[in-house]
Amino acid sequence: MSARLAAGLLCAVLALGAGTDVHAQANQQADAAPLRFTDPAEEARFHALAAELRCVMCQNQSLADSNALIALNLRREVLALMRQGRSDAEIKDFLVARYGEFVLYKPRMEGRTWLLWAGPALLLLAGAGVVAVVVRRRKPADRVVAPDEEQEW
Amino acid sequence: MKTSRWLPLAVFAALAVLLAAGVWMSRKPDRDALPSPLIGKPAPAFALPVLHEPARTVRLQDLRGQPFLLNVWGSWCVECRVEHPVLTRFAETRRVRVVGYNWKDEPADALRWLAQFGNPYWVVLSDVEGRAAIDWGIYGAPETFLVDADGIIRWKHVGPLDDGVIADELEPLLRGMRGVP
Repeated sequence: MSARLAAGLLCAVLALGAGTDVHAQANQQADAAPLRFTDPAEEARFHALAAELRCVMCQNQSLADSNALIALNLRREVLALMRQGRSDAEIKDFLVARYGEFVLYKPRMEGRTWLLWAGPALLLLAGAGVVAVVVRRRKPADRVVAPDEEQEW
Repeated sequence: MKTSRWLPLAVFAALAVLLAAGVWMSRKPDRDALPSPLIGKPAPAFALPVLHEPARTVRLQDLRGQPFLLNVWGSWCVECRVEHPVLTRFAETRRVRVVGYNWKDEPADALRWLAQFGNPYWVVLSDVEGRAAIDWGIYGAPETFLVDADGIIRWKHVGPLDDGVIADELEPLLRGMRGVP
């Protein structure tokens, strides 16, 4: 489990260095027109949703940030689904069913991801434990040293 | 007192093992490929025009009854050219139908590409807009799916096929599959 977490962390680091991608994107220019929103509320909802979704091609960008053509298509799809009256959760389910859990920047809380979610808290607790042990060990030593110091002074 | 000496070393060693495991697990060249959630699920329905006869539409149910390989490609895709001889060799064995999925491409360019390099496909479907491709979770080319006789997606490969992938991943699945000679 922790190896998987480590692998994930490492992938993020290695992805920065990995340049050779044999999996390509089309180079269409025709449909690069910006999305048109009907009102500011729709725009705000769309941007909030797109920021939580990950681009499937350029994997370290959100759907909102990415210039990849597939991201553009998926943004269109998300907007179309919003206009069909689907909820944010339904739209996320739609994408997860097609592209997998990977598209969620905020992974769901489940059996496979509990370590991911609890990891930082566990590390903090472990750190607190180490500090507690160090402090507790130091105290008796200080008491022994203190009289000696006074004598020398 | 002794613990304070070896503890940092132990923490360092544990961290090094963890990081080495990460490197080891990401050794595969296609580590960026997303695993498809559609494996084991029914293939998404589609109705797409045939590249060579735009008036004719092919639906998923038209392909039922026998397995087929769905190969996503485009004339703009450099690696599809690399994959093409491998795919042609596989198609010539005639074990399963190889269906071309021409994705986000100009039909004229696609036809020229096939005329130049040869057409290994049983039929080529044309998805210019890429709308149906979203249902399949397609996000780049080349991508290849294996769909069985019951219309269940059994396998997906992201990136170009090579002889190793066909021998190690595809062939074992085809062995014993219903409708494969």
